[in-house]
Amino acid sequence: MEPIIKVENLSKVFGTRIKQSVQLLEEGKTKEQILKETGDTVGVNRANFEVYPGEIFVIMGLSGSGKSTLIRLINRLIEPTEGSIIIGDQDLAKADKATLRDIRRKKLGMVFQSFALFPHRTVLENAAFGLEVQKVSKAEREKKAQEALELVGLGSYMHQYPDQLSGGMQQRVGLARALANDPDVLLMDEAFSALDPLIRKDMQDELVDLQAQMARTILFITHDLDEALRIGDRIALMRDGVIVQIGTPEEILMNPANAYVEKFVEDVDRSKVLTAQHIMNRPEMINIDNHGPRVALERMREEAISGVYVVDSKRNLVGYVTADAASKAIKEQKQLRDVLITDIPTVDKDLPMSDIFNVIHDSPLPIAVTEDGRLLGVLVRGAVIAALSEEGEVNMNV
Amino acid sequence: MSSILDFAPRIPIAEKTKDFVDWMTDAFSGIFGYLKKDGKEALNGLSDAMEAIPPVVVIILVALLAFFITGKKFGLATFSVFGLWLIYNQGFWSQLIDTFTLVLVSSLLSVVIGIPLGILMAKSKVAEAIITPVLDFMQTMPAFVYLIPAVAFFGIGMVPGVFASLIFATPPTVRMTNLGIRQVSTELVEAADAFGSTPGQKLFKVELPMAKSTMMAGVNQTIMLALSMVVTASMIGAPGLGSEVLSALQRAQVGPGFAAGLGIVILAIIVDRLAQNVNKSKKKAS
Repeated sequence: MEPIIKVENLSKVFGTRIKQSVQLLEEGKTKEQILKETGDTVGVNRANFEVYPGEIFVIMGLSGSGKSTLIRLINRLIEPTEGSIIIGDQDLAKADKATLRDIRRKKLGMVFQSFALFPHRTVLENAAFGLEVQKVSKAEREKKAQEALELVGLGSYMHQYPDQLSGGMQQRVGLARALANDPDVLLMDEAFSALDPLIRKDMQDELVDLQAQMARTILFITHDLDEALRIGDRIALMRDGVIVQIGTPEEILMNPANAYVEKFVEDVDRSKVLTAQHIMNRPEMINIDNHGPRVALERMREEAISGVYVVDSKRNLVGYVTADAASKAIKEQKQLRDVLITDIPTVDKDLPMSDIFNVIHDSPLPIAVTEDGRLLGVLVRGAVIAALSEEGEVNMNV
Repeated sequence: MSSILDFAPRIPIAEKTKDFVDWMTDAFSGIFGYLKKDGKEALNGLSDAMEAIPPVVVIILVALLAFFITGKKFGLATFSVFGLWLIYNQGFWSQLIDTFTLVLVSSLLSVVIGIPLGILMAKSKVAEAIITPVLDFMQTMPAFVYLIPAVAFFGIGMVPGVFASLIFATPPTVRMTNLGIRQVSTELVEAADAFGSTPGQKLFKVELPMAKSTMMAGVNQTIMLALSMVVTASMIGAPGLGSEVLSALQRAQVGPGFAAGLGIVILAIIVDRLAQNVNKSKKKAS
């Protein structure tokens, strides 16, 4: 797939000895070294990434990591020092003023951290602003603005002023203003950071829903890893102006590229990210088509366990047999099938760990992890708890 | 004995200034002559026209304006009726009109010149660096000093009065326009840019509306400064309440001086409250 935005070697240096600093950047010096040598501040250090249509690409970093500078370089609210920003077939970094304006109007919408609504305009006029500067007729721009407002659930607040709305509603107006232009890419700069936690979660969910409806591309900036994990299809981690890692939420969590990323993801609530397949163990199983109770008992003895799973030839889970049941079957000359426990707790491989607790808590039996009925693994209480701790074993090769 | 400070002869600032003003008077005599003649006619025409309206009509109109602009309250309206009647009662009506003409024209010109200058300052660091010291100079140089070239350029009367008031009263409008635009939050300016506004759209749709109340505070100050110039301007023959104060001063007549001075105070209060309420009612509307 063609990327919708392609950022190549994009750098921003603030200061007075720019040329020298750029030279140093190219020599691979760090932000700190350059500050010492030239007194210039490196905002963004040779960033490279691609954003694909329809994805939510999150740029995450702590304050001062350059993420806000980076998003402003993309629509050139801040002039790049070096590098290129390719949108469609145009390099925005080299575009003249008229082209830049045109791209901003048609292709890029922006949502701001503290909403940046115009207090002297009504909600409707705010939402219509982007179309107004394009000189779209009043009737048409108000129609589109109204549609955008309805999309974010604010259809009935059109004639209010922004200061009459709550923070969450104001940011919906901000979102509607960006959507009314029908841009290819939404740039969202810490869009939910100013909202209180409950509203923030709602907005995150809503954004993901909207995204699913509209299949728009979103470039989202945040300092909150939980937020990044919640909404991001891919995440870029920034530090000191450098993008240190780009990957899916799982890749970032499970294979941190360096100590910085590792430290960053350390505090994350692992129970929300890990799913059953990450913490399951290899199941002991026997095939009901080939094996009888004797094999089952023998297997249990070998492995020093008190029960095994029973599957068919296609590895579909049939049931569970305990040692007691197996010896009873041998004594009474019964089939394995007659002594199976079929009512066993089962979870899907994608069930988040936080939900597993409820299942495992009141189950006397181990829990089977399945995918479309096929047995993949088993969850043992000890392993689940261990996985929550930093040292817990998790297997990512699934 | 000569001091180390005497290393250079006296620099002829006074002479050079005189030469410069003489040269200006000469070089721009065409424009100055035109302003002097036509400006005078226009100002006189304006004050004659206002004087032609019967005082009772003026008082009623001002009272109505005050009533509606303050949100249908009687305070300022009552004060206006009583205050203006008092001025009439003291026999200063035509002087009041002259003073009002002077203040009105110099304030309007100050705003017309000051707002674009303020915008220029807000948009350009170079312009700000140049204009700021000029404004400081205009405001700190004693106002009497402007009177001398004003007379040289425009003779005596209302026109040099407007000129001197203009110099004295313009700076607040310029400064507050600059300040108001610079105070617009970065994110709002970024929002205007991010949606592809042209510089003109950004100015008229975002910056000026946001800066409006700060600018209006500057305009209000400008009006007050123009009012405070009426006595000074009367020294070069600008007619009005100021010249009554001046002539009372010259004859050491405390009574008439106070009466005319009171007229200025009444005018100042009415104009100030009206201007402030215009600002407030606009804020409420937005």
